[in-house]
Amino acid sequence: MSGKQVQQVDRVIIRLAGDSGDGMQLTGDRFTSETAAFGNDLSTLPNFPAEIRAPAGTLPGVSSFQLHFADHDIMTPGDAPNVLVAMNPAALKANIADVPLGADIIANSDEFTTRACQRIGYASNPLEDGTLADYKVSAVPLTSMTVEALKDFDLSKKEAERAKNMFALGLLSWMYNRPTASTLEFLERKFAKTPEVMKANIAAFHAGYNFGETTEAFSVSYEVKPAPMKPGTYRNISGNLALAYGLVAASKATALPLFLGSYPITPASDILHELSKHKAFGVRTFQAEDEIAGVTAALGASFGGALGVTTTSGPGVALKSEAIGLGVMLELPLVICDIQRGGPSTGLPTKTEQADLLQAMFGRNGEAPVAIVAPQSPSDCFNAALEAARIATKYRTPVFVLSDGYLANGSEPWLLPDVDALPDLRVDFASAPNHQSADGTGEFWPYVRDPETLARAWAIPGTAGLEHRVGGLEKADGSGNISYDPANHDLMVRLRQAKIDGIARDIASLEVDDPSADADVLVLGWGSTYGPIGAACRQVRARGLRIAQAHLRHLNPFPANTGEVLARYSKVLIPEMNLGQLALLIRAKFLVDAVSYDKVAGMPFKSSELADVIAATIEGVNEA
Amino acid sequence: MNLSNGGHRRGFDLVPVTEAAQTAKEFKSDQEVRWCPGCGDYAILAAVQGFLPELGLKRENIVFISGIGCSSRFPYYLETYGMHSIHGRAPAIATGLAASRPDLAVFVVTGDGDALSIGGNHLIHALRRNVNLTILLFNNRIYGLTKGQYSPTSEVGKITKSTPMGSLDYPFNPVSLALGAEATFVARTIDSDRKHLTSVLRAAAAHRGTSLVEIYQNCNIFNDNAFEVLKAPETRDDYLVRLEHGQPITFGKDATHGVRRGANGSLELCAGDDPGVLVHDVHAEDPSLAFALSRIARPDLRATPIGIFRDVERPVYDDLMADQLEQAVAKQGTGDLAALLAGGDTWTIS
Repeated sequence: MSGKQVQQVDRVIIRLAGDSGDGMQLTGDRFTSETAAFGNDLSTLPNFPAEIRAPAGTLPGVSSFQLHFADHDIMTPGDAPNVLVAMNPAALKANIADVPLGADIIANSDEFTTRACQRIGYASNPLEDGTLADYKVSAVPLTSMTVEALKDFDLSKKEAERAKNMFALGLLSWMYNRPTASTLEFLERKFAKTPEVMKANIAAFHAGYNFGETTEAFSVSYEVKPAPMKPGTYRNISGNLALAYGLVAASKATALPLFLGSYPITPASDILHELSKHKAFGVRTFQAEDEIAGVTAALGASFGGALGVTTTSGPGVALKSEAIGLGVMLELPLVICDIQRGGPSTGLPTKTEQADLLQAMFGRNGEAPVAIVAPQSPSDCFNAALEAARIATKYRTPVFVLSDGYLANGSEPWLLPDVDALPDLRVDFASAPNHQSADGTGEFWPYVRDPETLARAWAIPGTAGLEHRVGGLEKADGSGNISYDPANHDLMVRLRQAKIDGIARDIASLEVDDPSADADVLVLGWGSTYGPIGAACRQVRARGLRIAQAHLRHLNPFPANTGEVLARYSKVLIPEMNLGQLALLIRAKFLVDAVSYDKVAGMPFKSSELADVIAATIEGVNEA
Repeated sequence: MNLSNGGHRRGFDLVPVTEAAQTAKEFKSDQEVRWCPGCGDYAILAAVQGFLPELGLKRENIVFISGIGCSSRFPYYLETYGMHSIHGRAPAIATGLAASRPDLAVFVVTGDGDALSIGGNHLIHALRRNVNLTILLFNNRIYGLTKGQYSPTSEVGKITKSTPMGSLDYPFNPVSLALGAEATFVARTIDSDRKHLTSVLRAAAAHRGTSLVEIYQNCNIFNDNAFEVLKAPETRDDYLVRLEHGQPITFGKDATHGVRRGANGSLELCAGDDPGVLVHDVHAEDPSLAFALSRIARPDLRATPIGIFRDVERPVYDDLMADQLEQAVAKQGTGDLAALLAGGDTWTIS
């Protein structure tokens, strides 16, 4: 080790930014793995354009990856980076507004040519003209140093240049005292078939590391001590991966084979990719011809006794609506994973939003209630998938999982669950007649309900003597025969609603985090805003203010105690990444004058922004 | 059995059979049939109920899935498992069911509007995947349940409620469409010809993969007698071309007409004893002759072929999917959830 100074810090937010083709997501993933292995708590936020390769060096082509890591438990990827790594002028320009004055900027000076700067509207080179006078700028010729370091390899200049992200990763690994073994192993694995490229990437990584250690440009490296965490085995996990694992676990817990019907769509496709790998678990994945076929094939599989799942995003849900209504009518299990993105229409495919809540709740013809659950962090997607499968199979109903782009691609450490302690969610299929016909013989009525859950009897094809027909036409109560009887329709509409409402008796109560136990204001959230709201509450409490926080896992039905909780506070504040969809439901259902704070910028809330809103709300109540 | 290299599993080989003799009556549900009196659907229902006992399958392992339309009420009248689903989606629902339950015989019942208009996408994709399904497409060339609009198989210029000056769009030929969609079994039959209908059903059920059976069906309310020339004793022999595998393609009383390949390569009608009369081969790998045969009918229905156009073997989607699952288990062992979750970089805090 060099004799350079090592400075202890409690947390760092680092943002890597470059062209879509610069490998920023990969670099970020590797730095995250090193950080996880080191034992910091962490949270990540990838941010990339919908275009695969927008023109190089342009603002629309900028891709970034933000990582927040700390020696204590943290809840968000961080509001503003302490360090920005800008691989070109466009990356600098696209991100500089988020970088606080005084922060570190490491820029790849090779790319700051007059032409590249002018292309995106810099009149002169911002690294030299004083534009960045208020930042600590390290202009490092990353590209040329990488090429120089690889001059002995049998690579073209272009190929050598592509390793510049590994040079940058090496430099950062030195700067933050990261362990490097996992990255070296990763490169060996990734480039096993092209040994020259593998060696070049490793050499570039070492060159970057050694550059940090020897250059006078960097006088200080930083150390962030491991965070205290509960004992156990951890891994870093993204929301989509956790959701896929949760579905595999649900298949095991329910003892039903998993059938995924899906059509590729951002940001949900990774779940299809992941589940396609797990055929040894009996998982069948069907890449359908369209969104409708994805959900209907899943429903067909459910009819046959599988755990039918479809994964999609908002535009896909719009197409699946009629089939989900059929699922409501057939009263069969169906899990619909909506990885929400910016809308309406095609909207912002790679950006996050929570604006499908009302679509999930009401987006069908007729009175078609479904259950809705939402994960609150990337790793929590595992639990949400299990809970959705539990409700779907127990109550024979479609259930939405409302994740979003931020949870899908963001990651955090995950304490691995004990698989032997998974809940037993096995389902009893009907196996015998459940009704006596007029002549005394036993027959099977598919719409005879469990008095407790109101779930109907589920007999799967292959069960002798229980042959029956289901369909989208209204059913006669009990027999399931077609019925146009007005009173029967009224009854069946109410029964389907009562079944969903009754789930409230079977879910966890809404818990409130209120350390002072006498807060006047409750901040209520759902889904991926849990992290920013939680971090904001900590900040508000650190200012000496009292705030209560509650977060909804279940959006339909709401937990049974929701109304009672809301009534305890003089003000309820609901931050959402939509125009107040939960607030609308809460106001309608509980006659509570909830205040909505909303933003639809395609990015998660910043905790400092929410802290100010919460503080202002508390002050407003105090003044009143 | 490994099907990926073209094994010889037959249609419902994986479906449990019963030793007990079955009757048509056992396949009748207790539901009152509610089609219009005189509808061609009655004849098809009777033929199917009469045919199912012949398969000898356990009744509980038979499933009928339908979409929306008059024909799609079919499952309610059969004492099997069934689903009356939503418009156009039956092939996709049936795909999910068949792909996850190889022990079921899955039938799809659909109509010209359901299968070729709103559900056209699902139909062509089921056909190219070759899912083990038997699709019965009732074609009456009209929308019945919505009371008489033209359908995607209606002839150009058809006067209906929605086309008072005549329809503008050119119709689909369902057999041509299916062949173009890579179907492995395509046939056409007629509602009123029970013997022919049953023989086609028999072949369709024996075929592994997707079997598409177009059934010309009369809607006596909104498009009565659409196929009358194919049925009336005085015209049918001159209008119908009965395709038989291995037999010369001839028609007319005493086989006075035939079909041969013309000088320009396309098919043409000729005398029945013409030396160039083609011999029908349902197993031809190349579908081009079957396609050409699907085009020989005249607008007035003269020279309409019925029977099996194509019946070839190709790996079946659900078999291939099951094979991949088996291969995965053979290679990796049965999935170990704890090992899966702990995959990737882990670290332990003690």
